[in-house]
Amino acid sequence: MTFVAKPKVHHPNLPLNELGLTRRDYEGSVSTLCAGCGHDSVSAAIVQACAELSLPPHRFAKVSGIGCSSKTPSYFLNKSHGFNSVHGRMPSVMTGANLANRELLGIGVSGDGDSASIGLGQFAHIVRRRINMLYLVDNNGTYGLTKGQFSATNDKGSTSKKGAPNLYEPIDLVSMALQIGATFVARSFSGDKTQLVPLIKAALKHKGMAFIDVISPCVAFNNHNGSTKSYEFVREHTQELVNADLIMTHPEVTVDYAEGSREDVSMPDGSTLRLHKLDADYDAHDRVGALNYVQRSQEQGEVVTGLLYVDPDPVECHDIMDTVDQPLNELNEAQLCPGSAALADINASYR
Amino acid sequence: MQSTNVDDPNYFHKVVDCQWACPAHTPVPEYIRLIAEERYTEAYMLNWDSNVFPGVLGRTCDRPCEPACRRVRTEEKPVAICRLKRVAADNKGDVSAYMPAVPTAKNGKRIALIGAGPASLAVARDLLPFGYEVHLFEKDAKGGGFMRSQIPAFRLPEEVLDEEVERILDMGVVCHFGEEIGSMKTLMEQDFDAYFVGTGAPRGRDLELLGRQEVDDYIHIGIDWLSSVAFGHITEISGKVIVMGGGNTAMDCCRTSLRLGAESVKVVVRSAFEVMKASEWEKEDAMREGIPIINNRPPKEFVHENGKLKGVLFECVEPVRGEDGRLRYEPTGEPDEFIEADHVLMAIGQDNHCPWIERDLGIEFDKWDCPVLDEVTLQSDNPKVFFGGDSAFGPENIIWASAHAHRAAISIHLLCQGKDLKADRPPEGVNLLSTKMGVHEWAYDAEHDASARNLVPLVEHTTALTNIKVEVELGFDEALAAQEAQRCLNCDVQTVFAEKLCIECDACVDICPMDCISFVTNDEEPALRQTLTAPAMNTEQALYVSTDLPTGRVMVKDEDVCLHCGLCAERCPTNAWDMQRSVVHVPQLGSFAS
Repeated sequence: MTFVAKPKVHHPNLPLNELGLTRRDYEGSVSTLCAGCGHDSVSAAIVQACAELSLPPHRFAKVSGIGCSSKTPSYFLNKSHGFNSVHGRMPSVMTGANLANRELLGIGVSGDGDSASIGLGQFAHIVRRRINMLYLVDNNGTYGLTKGQFSATNDKGSTSKKGAPNLYEPIDLVSMALQIGATFVARSFSGDKTQLVPLIKAALKHKGMAFIDVISPCVAFNNHNGSTKSYEFVREHTQELVNADLIMTHPEVTVDYAEGSREDVSMPDGSTLRLHKLDADYDAHDRVGALNYVQRSQEQGEVVTGLLYVDPDPVECHDIMDTVDQPLNELNEAQLCPGSAALADINASYR
Repeated sequence: MQSTNVDDPNYFHKVVDCQWACPAHTPVPEYIRLIAEERYTEAYMLNWDSNVFPGVLGRTCDRPCEPACRRVRTEEKPVAICRLKRVAADNKGDVSAYMPAVPTAKNGKRIALIGAGPASLAVARDLLPFGYEVHLFEKDAKGGGFMRSQIPAFRLPEEVLDEEVERILDMGVVCHFGEEIGSMKTLMEQDFDAYFVGTGAPRGRDLELLGRQEVDDYIHIGIDWLSSVAFGHITEISGKVIVMGGGNTAMDCCRTSLRLGAESVKVVVRSAFEVMKASEWEKEDAMREGIPIINNRPPKEFVHENGKLKGVLFECVEPVRGEDGRLRYEPTGEPDEFIEADHVLMAIGQDNHCPWIERDLGIEFDKWDCPVLDEVTLQSDNPKVFFGGDSAFGPENIIWASAHAHRAAISIHLLCQGKDLKADRPPEGVNLLSTKMGVHEWAYDAEHDASARNLVPLVEHTTALTNIKVEVELGFDEALAAQEAQRCLNCDVQTVFAEKLCIECDACVDICPMDCISFVTNDEEPALRQTLTAPAMNTEQALYVSTDLPTGRVMVKDEDVCLHCGLCAERCPTNAWDMQRSVVHVPQLGSFAS
């Protein structure tokens, strides 16, 4: 944590976005996490992505549970709605918020403890229900707030700071998300903003459940030689698979990439999601293929990153439930309560 | 790009923009911190060591430091550096204990200083502690030179000047006041070991225009007139006054005229307002006193009747920027403008003039009557003769005189020791000291203060105009000074990067409020400047480039708008960033002291 407040003054040439805001207008309060925490980079990436997309800060709902990760919504988007909920219960609160007002841009930030241990059931069900949101996990494989116990995503064989190995199999949230219906699944690394920022932008524009697992090293307890979630290990074992780029206007034709390795996906708002596949045979729309690829790589000790799966024609919760377009919280009494004549008609239909 | 060599003393010196811009390289942030700690005497001494006349300069300096101040780039207005310097002078305690010891037994070398202005006085101060016998020759009865004769008392009270001049004279200068040197040759017959010429640029320019000769009694050369006022020979000016010229002397002339009873005063300038030579604040001071500045009016003719001046006829022009970016002036087509005047003060520049130096002494002069000098040693073609201040390279200012004096004193010392004036000069150097006191504790006030520049309180307007001796600026009181001191960004507390410790976690990049830090693939400088988090468009400011990091990238810090807030070091988990105070060693004769 820091005791020096971040000065309000900013670079004189900081660009203004379409709303006339600078990136600094999307920041939150100064982080109280440990110096060098990967989570701060993730927050910075969210700030950058939202600013670059010119999204109105007051139209966000940022929700979190408990843990280092779940503190981070304080550190971005100061002007938005926020709810720091109970441990593992971010999905419930986010589901409620989204059902009540489908127009809010939902960002749920959770951690490996919050989503893979106490909140595993909640995680599974919000993915299954396909709530239209960005579900972002700051995954450091450790319980930093309680001084460094292994979390459920810690790899078997990875060691604690004192050298004791982890004896249990890890839960892989990416594989779970693929399996139970997320329509946008990605993995990234807090130390690689050139990859992470475009992914967050694409996820925010995605209609449906967008899940990003961000490996975000814990400098205090899980950044040592035996760790598989350290800056050094992740950098050495990362294999970038599909690089995503969100293009806001009609894309120009470029010939930078080998044939077959580039693919454009139309987004609902008219922008284009451009995928650069580093393995030309990989199909980012094949859910089962993605699952296999991720698991095989994991077995080989490699961490695949990038946009692993995207459904080009996604379905989200409100589509499934066939709700009205107008946010439910805006419906007035007349719309919600059609009156006794209508009730009589309904009753009559059962006679 | 090559990785930055931070051992080069100039690298970090250049980051301290104010100190770098100061000809004498006064350590500005350091003395501002001392003022913030109410250690005025130490702040004064730090100044005295570097620029010799803190009380005078705190009122009259041309302030090259202020436009250079980083705050101009990060926010808008610079720190009021000059006014803070005055605070140190106004509030200091007894400095006698800090004065360098002057040996009673002399070293046998005799040095002659000609002219008792700032340059000669500063040379005397540098030489005396080394046992030199210093003789000071001055045509006036008192020391101070142009500081006394040109700067009006309402800007620089006499007692402030006296104190700083006498402090030097009291160190044991052999004074020859009232002795005008009419011949360098005669002086050199006294066989001094070295001679230092600090006689300024004493000749005010005149303008040969139609009618000039006929109205000679009503036309005065600005610097001579100011000098007559300073010595009490002139105590009033009547009627309407035109001051011609756009420099600081013009501003002094017009404000002095107002105080000596002129019915009206106008400043008429040949060129445009923006390109006037006068400092911004001196123009503001004159305008605040109600003096109009009329621009784009080159004079054509002095209009007179029966031998009496009636006024001046001016042509009307307008500035046009040519394709080469230079301003040209074209007639507007309007009829010439006649401005009534009873007196005209000419403040259109001054020149070097050394008729008393015979041209057969081996001292070469160029076509502007300036001596031919070595820029580093200030030695003329006669190895025993040195020049400094305005007499060296033409009109500059007091702070340049101090800077020249330090250089000349080193040269004179080396000459008297029989050493090489260039090879044996003391080197520049830099020391770096970590300011880290604890996990989140720094030995300087890192927090950024967003306050606006404080204005200097002024004496009440009518009081100011009725008495030429009343100082217009009251100066900051201690409370205002403390506020203003907080605005300093502490640019001498440097961000120092240790590549070996960096884990490339991006914490510094994320926290930096000014987007100064980037981790990128190295490239040639012009390309690299474009790839940073915020493109580094100010090419006058350096990029701090690390050696290659484990990912193959380099850390690049754009020094341009760094607030020196220390957040990068606060957020660095491995102490790869540290905030280190740089102490730049600018060579002075004192550098030789053991």
